[in-house]
This record gives sequence, structure tokens and C-alpha cells, in this order.
Amino acid sequence: MALPKLVRREHASLPVLIAAPFVALAIAGLSNLVLYAAIGVDPLAVFKAMLIDPFTSYFSFSEILLKAGPLLLIAQGLAIGFRAKVFNIGAEGQFVLGAIFASAIPVYMPQASGAWIWPTMLVLGMLGGLAWAAITAFWRVHLNANEILVSLMLSFVAIQILNYLLLGPWKDPMGFNFPQSVMFQFDALLPILLPGTRVNISLVIVLILTIVAWFFVQRSFAGYRLEVGGLAPNAARYAGFSQSGAIWLSLLIGGAAAGLSGAAEVAGPVGQLQRAIATGYGYAAIIVAYLGGLHPIGIIFSAFLIATLYIGGDNAMVSAGLPIAAVNVFQGTLLLAYLAAATFVRHKLVWPPGARA
Amino acid sequence: MPGAIHAILGENGAGKSTLMKLIYGVETPDEGTITWMGEATQIASPAAARRLGIGMVFQHFSLFETLTVVENVSLLVPGNKKDLAERILKLGREFGLEVDPLAHVYALSVGERQRVEIIRCLMVDPKLLILDEPTSVLPPQAVNQLFETLRRLSKRGVSILFISHKLEEIRSVCTHATILRSGKITGNVTPKDFDAHVLATMMIGRDMPHLSPAEPVKRGEKQLELTGLSLAADDPFGVSLEDISLHVHAGEILGIAGVSGNGQAELAAVISGETPLPKMMQGRIAMHRHEVGALNPAARRKLGFAFVPEDRLGQGAVPELSLVKNAILTAYLQGMVQRGMIRRGRAETFARDCIAENDVRTPGPEAEAGSLSGGNLQKFIIGRELMLEPKLLFLNQPTWGVDIGAATAIRRRLIALRNAGCAILVISEDMEDLFALTDYMQVLSKGRLSARFTTSETAPEDIGRAMIGASGDAA
Repeated sequence: MALPKLVRREHASLPVLIAAPFVALAIAGLSNLVLYAAIGVDPLAVFKAMLIDPFTSYFSFSEILLKAGPLLLIAQGLAIGFRAKVFNIGAEGQFVLGAIFASAIPVYMPQASGAWIWPTMLVLGMLGGLAWAAITAFWRVHLNANEILVSLMLSFVAIQILNYLLLGPWKDPMGFNFPQSVMFQFDALLPILLPGTRVNISLVIVLILTIVAWFFVQRSFAGYRLEVGGLAPNAARYAGFSQSGAIWLSLLIGGAAAGLSGAAEVAGPVGQLQRAIATGYGYAAIIVAYLGGLHPIGIIFSAFLIATLYIGGDNAMVSAGLPIAAVNVFQGTLLLAYLAAATFVRHKLVWPPGARA
Repeated sequence: MPGAIHAILGENGAGKSTLMKLIYGVETPDEGTITWMGEATQIASPAAARRLGIGMVFQHFSLFETLTVVENVSLLVPGNKKDLAERILKLGREFGLEVDPLAHVYALSVGERQRVEIIRCLMVDPKLLILDEPTSVLPPQAVNQLFETLRRLSKRGVSILFISHKLEEIRSVCTHATILRSGKITGNVTPKDFDAHVLATMMIGRDMPHLSPAEPVKRGEKQLELTGLSLAADDPFGVSLEDISLHVHAGEILGIAGVSGNGQAELAAVISGETPLPKMMQGRIAMHRHEVGALNPAARRKLGFAFVPEDRLGQGAVPELSLVKNAILTAYLQGMVQRGMIRRGRAETFARDCIAENDVRTPGPEAEAGSLSGGNLQKFIIGRELMLEPKLLFLNQPTWGVDIGAATAIRRRLIALRNAGCAILVISEDMEDLFALTDYMQVLSKGRLSARFTTSETAPEDIGRAMIGASGDAA
């Protein structure tokens, strides 16, 4: 039997570019519903709990906004690097370092008060993530060490640093020996944006930074240099754009975004430094970035989609008896389906002429 | 016709390669039939073509460099290696195609690789042999040797399809010629009966644009100088540059002749600044009296340097980006960036001007660079570099894969630019180009640069001798 061949298109297809995430979502949704039916869970109940229930109450919708914030910010930072083909997979570690740096103020100055505290914490968090990513950039530039491996392994180091601090020097002396820091004082917490919910001021910061990211990618010369370096490294060399500069910039932007998110997490919904802050935002943001087509506007939509799946997945676990791994499986299927669908933006299937007859 | 050497003649993009791909079964026709030995046939794949007795030598060789000659042959031809090696030697003696069957392909010269390709086709006793631009990669002496082989083959009754756009070659070796223009046959002639000028007119459909020979103008000051520059290759298949010295003055064109793969790419990257030089060599390259060894391409451009690279897609232009964005690539210093932000209006005007002034055929400045034909993209890239108003212009293979009309336009612009006082350095494989353009020539062979020839006092054979003098390609 003659198989169709994958042939490169002359132009990127705009319709396929727009349709790809929706097709991917449909394929992932369908195949997962089949999977749920196979393990004996009612697919319709799961569907309702996952995609409809999150939007039926003010509170659960606000939880989506809360989850979407860090996903959106980290993904915007990572996407800038991914477009330049610098693959920072270690946003999780940069997120944790951001959380640790930000926590230094309430841990060492638990009595301090004033409006300066939470903004300073955010800045410290950003610097923490930046510093952690700088380690990866340094080794990549000076030893040509693969940034995927270095950044990923540094994430595990970051978790160990977190464990050390929480089990040792930063443990709350009044905390019944639980591995967590003191509860942060009021001025170390981000102001609440929507009354009655946990959504805080960081959402506004994230949306502003999204606009900044759009300008950076679409309009700035630095963004252009990164784009050229990602699409055609030889053209970047020919133009005289520095490759090590691109690596530094990509990783530092990604690290700063992840670090800021980590700070906003401890100073926001969590309110203290604890082991549970590392919930996988850094990894999920990779999916968010690709699902959004590495485009600042697309990422807004994909961040809300993945956040909905988080909240919906929690719902489904409680009300439809879905196993805890199901949400991860869904995310994985979704990324796979999207990467397959995205292939058709620049390629098409051509059937050999004999096969049609 | 058995024993005929039949030329397929046409400009770039006339459909020569497409036609050959149909015959060799790489592509299948939408309509119509192919008649082979008096019978209508469908050729579904290259394997089917080989079974029918059709062999093809592609312009870009399809050999595995890390395997030996006989191993490469055995991938397509059944039989044990010892027998194959003997047959390779026998065929080699018979047709003047001597190669060592046990040599590794990466160690062979381009001419020898081509012989391997031809032998591989001959092993299966073909009735038709297709050669796609076989002379474009050969030095002049090796071309004559190839023609001798072709004549011997045709005496044995092998038909040969010879694709080329070099008219003199076709006149000297081919018995028939079919002329293609825009996918249609415009003539079937006996090439010996017509002179090159008439054939060219048939091929491009209008009178050949006449090119006035380059009259020398007054030389200005020295714009580029390399003194005794050496650079070891850092990959095993690269070429090391040894003791390279050259200089170009304002108002003159220096050509670097030679077959690609003799250090052209390495030399180009050193002059453009894409390859960083080790500290001790940095003082050996100067532009406009500045030492530039430590500067990257962008910094050299600020001194008035412009460069047209060999590779258009992926180096000279980013295929996925629009022409506007490709204009920014090297022209960003022309006021296109302000406080770190791109001024799109400026870039768009620049791209529009470049398209209009250089007769680039494209739907508009928003078209992706990858959608342009090779010749049109080259016109855009050269146009962009000229708009930088360089004092020193460097071009690597400027007319490679460009049709005659566009190539003539490019030559004319370069001569005008030289007359206006620009220093120009051209690396080219195309002897016709070099003789039409340059004031002086040097030959690059095995990473070494010959002494300087004055073009008006030099014959192509002298250059040919210098090309093989150090390389031994004449074997």
C-alpha cells in the first residue's frame, strides 16, 4: 500500500496555525474520554466536572485566574527563549529559588512592616530566578553544556535547597516540627484584587508583563535578534548577532519570569515557604508556551486552558472519582496532539498519484 | 537514439531538472506518457528506472563520504565486493574513469567523486545515462577528460542526456540539443550548426544582453588586506587556510577562482568575520587601514563592509521571515532601530525600494524570503547590500544558480559600483563570470592562494593550471 508523504509547504499555512490548538484539544479530549470510559469512570461526568463546573461559580472561576497567573508569566518568559531555540526546561527550579529569595525578608524580619515589603519580595524573587538561570547560561556559553540537561538537573538541586532550609535553619520554631517557615506577616502578603477570593495583585502585574512581552517579541530589535538566531543560526552569525548574548538573554528572561512567579506564590495564596510550593508550574508552563504557539497572545489562551484543566481535574477527582494521574495524562496527550497538529503548519500530506485511483 | 549525446539546454527554472526527474522516476507526470524503447511506460520510482536501464548522475552527489568507493557501489549493485572492485577497475580503464575502489569517498576530489557516480551507473549496463550539470563542479582540464569518457560511452551505444546551460560545452560534445524555456520546448537543433549567441537567444527568448568588457579605472586606496593569514580547520572535513595574502584597492575587482571545497567557505567566513580568529592571527586582516581581526561582522559592516554570502536561504536571508524583516538583518544601522525598538516604517520603505530598484519579482515586501526563486532572492540580497553603500563589497558565488538574464544584471551593477570607486572581492567557480568581471585574479586551491594574475593578460588555461597545480585533480 502506498503511504502518503510529508512534504514541506512553500508558505506557513495560517488556517492550520489557528486551527492546530483546537484540533489538538479535540483529539486529546476525545482520546482521554475513551480512556476514562476504559477505566470505568463515567466520561460525561468527568467532562462536566472538568470543563463546565469550573465556570459555574465565582469562587472556582477565581481559582482558575489564580492558577493561570504563574502559568502565563512563566510561559511568556520561556517562549522567548524557545523561539530562539534556547530550551530552558528548568523553570521549576528557578520558580523555587524565586520563592526562597522572596521568603528571606519575612523569615529574617518577621516583625517588619510597611508597604515596601511585598514589592521588595517580588524583586528579590525575580533576582533569585535570574541567578539560578544564570548558572545554566554560564555553563552553556563557556563549556557548551546542554542547557536542557543543566537547567533540568538544577531544578532537583533547587528542591534540595528548599528541603534543607525548611528542615533546618528556616523551620518555624513554633511550627510543631513541620517542614515549613513562619507564616508571613500581613505586609509580606500581596494585596487581594477580587474581594472574597485568593486572586491578588500579581495577576495585574502578569497581564502588564504580557503586554511587555508582546512588544519585546514583535517590535524590539533584541526580540528580532533572538528570532533570527532561532530560525537560522547562520543568518544570525552572518548579521553579527552574538550567539552567547542570545543564550544569556533567553535564560535570564525565563529565569526572572519564573522567579517572580515563585515569589508571588509564597507571598500570595500560600503565605509561607513550604515544600508544597513546587507543584509543577515550571513544567506545565512548557506545555502552555508551545500550546500558545510561542506567541504572547496565544499563550494567554493556553494559560487559561491549562489552568481550567487543573481546577477541573481537581473537581473530577472529587466528584467523578478520577485518579490523580489523569490530569497529567491529559496534559501530556494535549502537548503530543498539539505538536503533531503543528507539523501541518509547515508541512502537508501528499498522496502518491496511484493511491487515489 | 542509441549512441546520441543529447543536450537539454535552458535557463535556471526552465524545467530541465523537472524533466529529468520525471524520466528518472523521482517525480511522476500529471499527464502524458513516456515512451521507452518504443513502448509507453510508467516510471514510478528511481528503482524502476534503473531496472529499465536508465542511470542518473545528480548535480549534488549522492555518495556516503565515510564509506569506500566499492561500498558505495555495492549499496545499489548486487554482488560481492571483490568482484565489484575488479569491475570498477576494468570499467575505469575502459572509459578513462580510474579510481581506487578501496579509497574512502571523503578523501576523493570532486572530479573523482563524479567518476564514482558515473561508474556506479555503468555497473548495471545502462542504455541511457542522464548527467545533471556535470561540468559545473570541474576544473577545465577535468572537463575535457569527462567529455572524452562521454564520447567513448556513446560509441558503445549508450545514449546520454546532458543537462547544461554552458553553450560552448554543448557545442563541443553534443550531437543534438533540445531547448527548454518556461517548461516548454522551444527548439530542437544540432548544436554544431549554430553559434553560441544564437543558442543563447533561443534559450532566453530575447537577444543576449551585451556586456561591455570591464575597462580599468583609476585605483584608489587599499580597502582590504590579508597578510600571511593561516587558520587550521576545526572539523575533519574542513580545509585549513595556509599563508593567505591578498589586497583589494578601491576601484578594482579581485576574483578568487577555484573549485568549491578548496577553502572558499573558510576564507569567506574569515573575511566576513563569521569565524573568530585566534589572537595571533588577528593582526593579519585589515579593512580601510583598521585592523579588524577582533571585530564581528556587525562591527565590520560599520566600517563600510558589505557581504553577499554563498548560501542565500539560511545565511543571507531567513526563509521563514518576510522581506521586510530580512531587510533589517544587515541594514538595521540605516536608522531602522530607535531606542531598541524596530521602526517598521523605515524597514518597509527600505524593502520596497530594494524590490523596485533591483527588479525582484515578488508579490510584495511581506512575502516570505523562502517563497522567492533563487535568482530573485539573490537580487534582493545583493540589492540590500548595495543599499548599504559599501566601500568594500565581498561576494561569494554571486551568480551560482542564477539565470543568464539576472547574472548579467548583477555583473553590470558590480562594474558600475567599481567604477564609482568601490573595492570588490568576488569568490566564484564560474570562469565566465570571473573573466567578464575582474581586474585581477588569484586561485584558491587546497587552502592556498596563488600569485596574482592580471585578468586582461591571462588565458583560462593559465587559471586552470593553477587550479590543479597544487591539487592533482588532473589525474
